[in-house]
Amino acid sequence: MTQKTEGQALGQPKDGGTESLVRELVAYLREQREVLRRQWVEQTTAKGYLADLTPEEIETESAIIYDTCVGCLETGKYDAAQAYAAKMAKRGVLRGMTTEQIIGGLATMRDIYGRSLFQHYHHDLARLSAAALDIYEPVANKILSIVAMACIEERERVVRQQQEAMRELSTPVLQLREGLLILPIIGLIDTQRARQLTEGLLRAIRANRARVVVMDITGVPAVDSKVANHLLQTVQAARLMGAAVIVTGLSAEVAQTLVTIGVDLSSLNTLSDLQSGIEEADRLVGYRVITAEATMARNAET
Amino acid sequence: MEVPILKQGDYLIATIQAALSDAALLKLRDELVERVGRFRARGVVLDVTVLDVMDSFTTRTLRGIAHMTKLRGARTIIVGIQPEVAFAMTQLGMTLEGVETALDLDGGLAALRQGTKGGGDRGR
Repeated sequence: MTQKTEGQALGQPKDGGTESLVRELVAYLREQREVLRRQWVEQTTAKGYLADLTPEEIETESAIIYDTCVGCLETGKYDAAQAYAAKMAKRGVLRGMTTEQIIGGLATMRDIYGRSLFQHYHHDLARLSAAALDIYEPVANKILSIVAMACIEERERVVRQQQEAMRELSTPVLQLREGLLILPIIGLIDTQRARQLTEGLLRAIRANRARVVVMDITGVPAVDSKVANHLLQTVQAARLMGAAVIVTGLSAEVAQTLVTIGVDLSSLNTLSDLQSGIEEADRLVGYRVITAEATMARNAET
Repeated sequence: MEVPILKQGDYLIATIQAALSDAALLKLRDELVERVGRFRARGVVLDVTVLDVMDSFTTRTLRGIAHMTKLRGARTIIVGIQPEVAFAMTQLGMTLEGVETALDLDGGLAALRQGTKGGGDRGR
């Protein structure tokens, strides 16, 4: 509609009116650029939204934001706003600027524009409502939601990244002796991680020809029925590959919880701590640990 | 597709060569149970390394073989379950409860010779 020419618009006064009003509005905002921008910078600084930025940065950023927003109003296209919002969100998060600050800054800008429009059109209520409610408000809302979405997306990206890093870090399978593996689990276990953990363990069992695995869950903060189920599945899968699994590190609280919620772990071979787990595993694989002194004493006897 | 059953000392070794039909699987079961008696075998190693899918029928039959040979006086150890297969089986709740398992043929024979219970079932 906004692309219709003046000639066509004459036949449809309402649309033509909107279009000319948009142009009028854009022209007005361009004209008021310095005044409004200054107001905005003052108010946001006063509210502490720009605490982390240098004065030069504030100058350039506010100019870019102002022009981008007016551009959106003029063209009705939001690509530039979207790109800029994504960039801003990324930098904001990196520099510790909170979402509240970013959104707050924009809301302030919205207010300032609104007030300025009101002053400009207060003698003509019909034009005011058309300009403010039908043209300006939708655009301002849209920009605000674009920025909010960009902030959320950025947050989610960071969370995903950290989850990824945590996953990679925390599931090593270590060979302690020939045929004996240790699997220390640290952190929360969710379905995806349980899957990854099991796959890693099964691969390690085959690669190291392991016969016993000691799974230590001292570092698992909470064990509920779901986690217990994941652990059971891991143990069963290892068993199918011919490896016995000893689970160690169930704390008193965890044991109490499991019994209270009625999880049956009787098919698991559990021991209190890693040390007894390793001793039991040694016994199963056929190792015996003897101190050097004992060996010497026995050699002396023979 | 016939599954060859080899006699190795006191033990029988059956190595599955390719994916088996249900009928072939039942035939293997009958043969094994019969031969355990005929050869007075004390152990059976059942090698499933080539199977990349283990359905519920196969699982049930393997379990049946283990329990039947047990009744005839021979321990059966199932060997060579692949990591992916093991994972899928546990997801589906087919865990071969009460059946001994070992990593491969070597591990299975070693477990039989030791007379200890095979890898998976120890410590339970």
